[in-house]
Amino acid sequence: MSSLINIKVKVNGKDYEQSVESRLLLSDFLRHNLELTATHVGCEHGMCGACTVLMDGASVRSCLVFAVQANEHVIETADGLGTEDALHPLQQAFMEEHALQCGFCTPGILMSIIPFLRDNPKPTDEQIREAIDGNLCRCTGYENIVKAVKKASVKMAGKAR
Amino acid sequence: MKPAAFDYYAPTSVEEALDRLAELGYSGKVLAGGQSLIPAMNFRMARPAALVDLNNIAELDFIKTPKEGGLVIGTMTRDSVVEHSKVVQEKAPLVIETMPNIGHPQIRNRGTFGGAIAHADPAGQLPGISLALRAKLHLLKKGSDRWVAIDDFFMGPFMTVIEPDEMLSEVVLPPLPAKTGTSYKQISRQRGSATQSAIASVVTLDNKGKVADVRVVMMSVGATPLVSREAEKLLVGQEPTEEVFKEVAKNASETEIDPSTDMHATADYRRHVTYELIIQSLSSATARAKGKGG
Repeated sequence: MSSLINIKVKVNGKDYEQSVESRLLLSDFLRHNLELTATHVGCEHGMCGACTVLMDGASVRSCLVFAVQANEHVIETADGLGTEDALHPLQQAFMEEHALQCGFCTPGILMSIIPFLRDNPKPTDEQIREAIDGNLCRCTGYENIVKAVKKASVKMAGKAR
Repeated sequence: MKPAAFDYYAPTSVEEALDRLAELGYSGKVLAGGQSLIPAMNFRMARPAALVDLNNIAELDFIKTPKEGGLVIGTMTRDSVVEHSKVVQEKAPLVIETMPNIGHPQIRNRGTFGGAIAHADPAGQLPGISLALRAKLHLLKKGSDRWVAIDDFFMGPFMTVIEPDEMLSEVVLPPLPAKTGTSYKQISRQRGSATQSAIASVVTLDNKGKVADVRVVMMSVGATPLVSREAEKLLVGQEPTEEVFKEVAKNASETEIDPSTDMHATADYRRHVTYELIIQSLSSATARAKGKGG
């Protein structure tokens, strides 16, 4: 039995300090220990992309990172994007364009797209498809997701900077 | 929890990592990007007793351009950093051409250049293109080090000459001669998914337009990435024509590979696509060696 390791992690702007087992995955740490359940856990071996979160601003699969590896790092999850009353423009665009049905893959797709639009505010459809090629969606056929990302990009480009 | 329990060490220097690896011996395992090791641990196919995590060692994360040309890439350099590097584009365009096919953006943000080579997945692209580019690998252990040519590195599927107390620290990609073209071609169900077959070609032409040197590496169709000896035999000193490419492709796909049948493809299909990809890859590398795009 491995001993517990103390970690300090900033998640969505809030500092957390906990003792965890080395084998605890970041995805499980977020959901079970911190009760931040926006991050969904699908395949748990890096195929589906549902558990995508940002680590120091870059999208990563949280099922392929140990919680101990997040020590002294900054994590962002879909929990921190918007609220029911004030959706993030990307969430708003997903709603308007029917870019989700069951919603299981949605948090992972949102967290893949956030850094993508930051680096590439005016993407082409082809670039959007590349950006989400690591995220499986079994409901939408992806067409409406591409439309939503495009719509959000226009809205966000008009707003920011 | 998915993975079996393990002891975790996060050294902050190479020296500290080597001390730890020496102490752990066979029970220790290096954790680089973890994009192959952690899924294997989640399935409990891999159950290392202890992990030595290299992610906190800043000195292993670099891309250098040495005076003698070429590139030196630190083992912990993330794939996404390599993918967007201007010097890599200039010195080793084959790496840049291949990168978008490796996993997905989230995998490349975490996966590392050296980790993939040390993992030695026969379907992996970075082991194969490093073989095509005649990489040299620097292996360190407590108190000593050694350089290994990539031709002597792979022992079998997921097996290399790295000893349990050793680690890969950097990968040297020697400079490409003038009039050299490179090309990567693959077939897979989805861009980031496992390849049925993949080919990397490096073609160098002489002043008369004949082949001075050629390297064709075949991935996903054997226990390790394979260098085609047929390509060297049939092409060096010859005019690079489609006719010869077809002969190379025929001999290589019939005699030099050992593809397997699984749920993704049959061995026969893999032979067939290997044949086609060798022709495409050699044609494109040759056109680029002539400075004609491709």
